[in-house]
Amino acid sequence: METIVFGLLNGVSYGLLLFMLSSGLTLIFSMMGVLNFAHASFYMLGAYFAFTITGSTSFWIALFIAPVLVGLVGAVVERYGLRKVHANGHVAELLFTFGLAYLIEEVVKIIYGKTAVDYRVPDLLNFAAFEIYGATFPAYRIFVIFIAIAMLVGLWFLLKRTRAGLIIQAALTHPHMVGHLGHNVPFIFMTVFGIGCALAGLAGLMAGNIFVTDPAMAVQMGPIVFVVVVVGGIGSLEGAFLASILIGLLQNFAVGINASFADLFGFIGLTEMSEVGSITVSSLAPVLPFLLLVLMLIFRPQGLMGEQEL
Amino acid sequence: MSDTTQTFQNLAPSAGAKFRQRTLPILIFAAILFAIPMTGPSRTFYTIAHQMGINIVFALSYNMILGKGGLLSFGHAVYFGLGGYLAMHAMNWIEAGSGIWGAVPVFFLPLVGFAGGALAGAIIGWPSCRKAGTTFAMISLGVAELIFAAAFMFDSFFGGEQGISGDRMNGYEMFNLSLGPIDEVYWFIAFWTVVGVIGMWAFTRTPLGKLSEATRDNAQRVQFIGYNPQRVRYLVFIFAGGFAGLAGGMAAVNYEIFTPDALSLVPSGFVLIMAYVGGITYFVGPIFGAILLTYMQSMLSDFTEAWLLYLGVLFIAIVMFAPRGIAGIVFGFFDGLRGDNPGRFLGRWLMRLAGILLMLTGLIVLVEISVRWSNGYGEVYEPFGLHLDITSVLSWVLVILPAVAGVWLTRFASKEEDGQ
Repeated sequence: METIVFGLLNGVSYGLLLFMLSSGLTLIFSMMGVLNFAHASFYMLGAYFAFTITGSTSFWIALFIAPVLVGLVGAVVERYGLRKVHANGHVAELLFTFGLAYLIEEVVKIIYGKTAVDYRVPDLLNFAAFEIYGATFPAYRIFVIFIAIAMLVGLWFLLKRTRAGLIIQAALTHPHMVGHLGHNVPFIFMTVFGIGCALAGLAGLMAGNIFVTDPAMAVQMGPIVFVVVVVGGIGSLEGAFLASILIGLLQNFAVGINASFADLFGFIGLTEMSEVGSITVSSLAPVLPFLLLVLMLIFRPQGLMGEQEL
Repeated sequence: MSDTTQTFQNLAPSAGAKFRQRTLPILIFAAILFAIPMTGPSRTFYTIAHQMGINIVFALSYNMILGKGGLLSFGHAVYFGLGGYLAMHAMNWIEAGSGIWGAVPVFFLPLVGFAGGALAGAIIGWPSCRKAGTTFAMISLGVAELIFAAAFMFDSFFGGEQGISGDRMNGYEMFNLSLGPIDEVYWFIAFWTVVGVIGMWAFTRTPLGKLSEATRDNAQRVQFIGYNPQRVRYLVFIFAGGFAGLAGGMAAVNYEIFTPDALSLVPSGFVLIMAYVGGITYFVGPIFGAILLTYMQSMLSDFTEAWLLYLGVLFIAIVMFAPRGIAGIVFGFFDGLRGDNPGRFLGRWLMRLAGILLMLTGLIVLVEISVRWSNGYGEVYEPFGLHLDITSVLSWVLVILPAVAGVWLTRFASKEEDGQ
């Protein structure tokens, strides 16, 4: 019971963080048809910007300024980089973001150093929210859940209930038609890219002090975000949401299970001594998302909620 | 009627042209490799040359799927690594000398690597080659992560973190090469580099190689004329995996050790950068890329610790401004010289070169100053006796002035080209 409750709580908060990251990516993906390899780098930038701003002012100011800064960086990248590469096709765009990820990591290493920075949870939220089964659950995680849900609702409202959202949605699927109607499609693309990056920055701001803020955080998070987007289905925010929660729960539950393959498949004669038998479920946790990704692409290429195939 | 047939016959290259375009470059390549030991190179040179040979084969094999097949893979090092691991095990079997392995020369281990890579390609390629594009790219990423994770679980094959090591001086000695001293290993590397290059060049001339290019350009039409694009991709993928395994086998003999890092995402990314920077639309492109990047990797990292930053800048610059890579720049230069107005072309070209060099100067000064500032040891960048401190005006002048001038020059050159 204890494992289940904690797996659930941690899984949901981690899943919501993943969703914050992947919602921007899935918007960008459906817009340009290209997976932004540097998306996790913007997540990292968010954490580092928040660290700098928190250092000179406070966490609460960083909460508003850092995502905006990351969004501006993203908009500049789209305007002066991606837009130029767009003419050379999807592979060139993907490779551009791939190179950008390298570049951002190296620049961050120069500015902030190669080791982790001391980016902490604000004092105001640094207490235990409640205690169950003798273990505490930090209030900051509740705050993360709260912010993520607020963002989810805000994003949903923006996309589905406002005129701007309507135009964005139309521009994602029929850019030429929207252009003919007199809207500035490149500007819409730039805005969406900026917003997507800002959301990633927000996720970095929230996650940087739960995990570690170091130059490797982009590389650690990057591939998992792709998994979320692909498993959820292209351009489907609902799918990305489901996939985020699914992967969050999957990973957190797997970590909590101590059983090995020998325990699970002992009935077919697998023993603890053999190499396969000694693998534990918890050691599989980091690779489960990738297993899910490969299986999904093979058996259901359109993802959980996607309409078109990848 | 006879006229049409006549034209067709004239379109075919003459025997002389065939020799010049197809056989001669390979002969020159082999001759260069043959001539290198006569200059009495140093040990460092040999080490880098071996690395280059391995990377040439690896990058070319990657280009079989990216450039010729249109499949972007983020996990090509998996086949390099699995082939290399199999070769490594075979080396240990040779040392044990049991069964037929006692009669197998270490010299032919790259063939074992080829088999290993091709086998891995045949197994992994089956589910992943059904689609091209982003699906393929994502599956390759997922598979790479899975295999890398598996490498730490199955110690008997991958040897855990310390990997597997062996001794190449065992078994039957081929061509009187004990493979002990580094200049004997050179012949081994040179031989297999040439074999790999010829093999992959020959592959582009086969019907399958041609079909692979057709599938890249238009899979639907390929289907229309009666071929199955999935099968074409799958077969090409197996061969690409095989040649990557060949490179892995070369690496196994050269380094005598293989660790799970060899099949992680890092070398997969590096081979992608090598092939793309070299130029994926040309067969020789990845060779240029492999030589340049291996050189950068081993030499530049001695001069500056920010070499990865320069690599990133180079890669982005190539993606943005020269999508045909270094090979595209080189061949474009010679084409331009043979064009209508070589003088004018050369002038613009030199102007651009000057602009790029100026921008590079600004970038280097900026990066080097920043790196030293970031380390915080109080070290100062002192090129040509200058004292460039982060607070001195001169350093910032040297950053901004060349950068602005360089941007202006290259823009001016492009504008003049457009105005033509």
